Amino acid sequence: MFVFSFRFYYGDSFVRQPVMVDLIPIYTKLRLIRRVEEEIARVYPSDKIKSPVHLSIGQESSSVGVCDVLRPDDMVSASYRGHAAYLAKGGDLNAMIAELYGKATGCARGKGGSMHLVGMDHGVLGGSAVVGTTIPMALGYAFALKREGKGRVVAAFFGDGATEEGVFHESMNFAALHRLPVLFICENNFYAIHEPLEKRWATRELCERVRTYGIPARQIVDGDVMEIRRWASEAIAPMRSGASGPAFLECHVYRWREHVGPGEDYDAAYRGRGELLPWQESDQVKIIGAQLEDSERARIDAQIESDIAAAFEFAESSPFPQPEDLFTHVYAK
Amino acid sequence: MSTRNNSHRPLRYVDALREAVSQEMELDPRVFVFGLDVDDHKGIQGSTLGLREKFGAERVFTTPLSEDAMTGVAIGAAMAGLRPIHVHIRMDFLMLCMNQLVNIGAKAHYMYGGAVKVPMVIRSMIGKSWGQGAQHSQGLHAMFMHVPGLKVVAPSNAHDAKGCMIAAIRDDNPVIFVEHRLLYPTEAYVPEEPFTVPFGHARVLKTGKDITLVGISNMVMECLRAQELLAEAGVQAEVLDPIWLAPLDIDSIVDSVNRTGNLLVVDTAWTSCGASAEIVAGVAESARVLRGVRMARMGYAATTCPPSPPIEQEFYPNAAKIAAKAYEMVRPESGEWTPDATRAMLTHQLQFRGPF
Repeated sequence: MFVFSFRFYYGDSFVRQPVMVDLIPIYTKLRLIRRVEEEIARVYPSDKIKSPVHLSIGQESSSVGVCDVLRPDDMVSASYRGHAAYLAKGGDLNAMIAELYGKATGCARGKGGSMHLVGMDHGVLGGSAVVGTTIPMALGYAFALKREGKGRVVAAFFGDGATEEGVFHESMNFAALHRLPVLFICENNFYAIHEPLEKRWATRELCERVRTYGIPARQIVDGDVMEIRRWASEAIAPMRSGASGPAFLECHVYRWREHVGPGEDYDAAYRGRGELLPWQESDQVKIIGAQLEDSERARIDAQIESDIAAAFEFAESSPFPQPEDLFTHVYAK
Repeated sequence: MSTRNNSHRPLRYVDALREAVSQEMELDPRVFVFGLDVDDHKGIQGSTLGLREKFGAERVFTTPLSEDAMTGVAIGAAMAGLRPIHVHIRMDFLMLCMNQLVNIGAKAHYMYGGAVKVPMVIRSMIGKSWGQGAQHSQGLHAMFMHVPGLKVVAPSNAHDAKGCMIAAIRDDNPVIFVEHRLLYPTEAYVPEEPFTVPFGHARVLKTGKDITLVGISNMVMECLRAQELLAEAGVQAEVLDPIWLAPLDIDSIVDSVNRTGNLLVVDTAWTSCGASAEIVAGVAESARVLRGVRMARMGYAATTCPPSPPIEQEFYPNAAKIAAKAYEMVRPESGEWTPDATRAMLTHQLQFRGPF
């Protein structure tokens, strides 16, 4: 069965050698993230999830494409819209849903919430609600990994808004200066909350800005998960040996739901449904899924539904933290 | 202060800082030092001199002027298991680090449910000497005392500079290490071998029955001189150094106040919402206070620090002002008493020469 999931894709852009890529893990992650987010949105009105959620629906491909070429011992850093990166890197689903429920079994023991998912055992550095703050954190981690010398890398995910922060530019400079093993992934969904790029960027030439720091940068505008994967693979391979420093990937993606919360907001003044339609047509979950055998896809889908049901059941049945837990972990001992 | 024995020798504050870092770097390969100018020919007023030669540029290196990102780098490196020491030649620059320190560094262990630790030391120097002006002189330690998850220490002498630095490096939390420019040349007896000054323990430096003087950072030195001047006027002051501002040893201060009935807290910072306010509030709230206590605070004048000498002198507390205030509190009926201002000046301050 497994062989049917492989497809030829062009590998290294210099050699243009076709390589075999297994689509099963890619589809599985795309579909898992989509369905988890849909289930969160479905449950959300019950108020059982007492944590503001910034859903990744529609933005799955950047996380999945990049994380598919990461090793288990590589790291990712993410923003408050971090469900996709967490799951794509292999973060524990039960612990994630329990965290959203504020349960003691959550990945942050109920002390982080949706915006601060963490999974150090799976290589997920904690997310942050303050835009851009995890970028230098990723650098610091990469600094340690470079010293360690085992070829591990960090993939740092952030949004278009983060590139407006001073710390972004400080970080580009330092990463390049020290040739740190970091792949930067800007998930450009065109909006900071509700404010469009036109009101925030003097020019659209983000990659050009980054290149002036001596960092190779690539823009991928169609959300193609295989193209994202290919470029990430090319960028990361030489990082592992120390042959190259950081690299930058700007992925255009589209946030299908509202900035925060479970719903849609195409009736709001800042955007209309017309923007969504081309992204729905190029929906990577459907496109990659269509390349699998029907039976294989059905098997994966069923497993995902079962895993999600189990995760929500785990969260529901888990205990809340005890009152005294309020004061644990203020200081490390 | 430590007693003299074979392994103790007089050491300057600046050399004690460097010795502490050097010894810990020898013991623990995870420790590294970075910050603007740590590897130049002046070495942060001498406190990092020679470290690069000894430990290499991999472990001792300068940074771009990117305090925000560099603080994040320290945090990320700490999460990955290293033990960074991030150096700032002036405390004022910590304002550029606030987001990372407050929003990530202080909270990471808690908001990630104990999944990560952030063992890092933020060295910063209060720049007061003379003429440093508005942005090279500030004591901003109270801003960090406000935030759970940060530890704050302000050693007043070479012995504690070494012992607190080693404690800070070995601790698994972010520690804001508050140094004072004027203390750098001061000497104390310091053990040669590595040692730690324990967290959250104040030290009584002088005992006295009339008033408790609590000094912070270099104000400990001013309080000690005030204590000598007060003794000449027949007032016996007890001088207490909290050393650690977070965690703060309020119990030792209460014990002292129970002995004296008067409390004067002197900070090298503004009083409003400051360390002195916290100490006075802690005593006021304590159920262990056994008697009526008169309390007062001294600190920076409620202005911006000016460089012009006559008004700069008015800006700061000093031994003469402390002694006069303490006398007034202990002997309210005796009328005003002010010590000879020239005799109140501290030699290490008189000896200070510019430019930095």
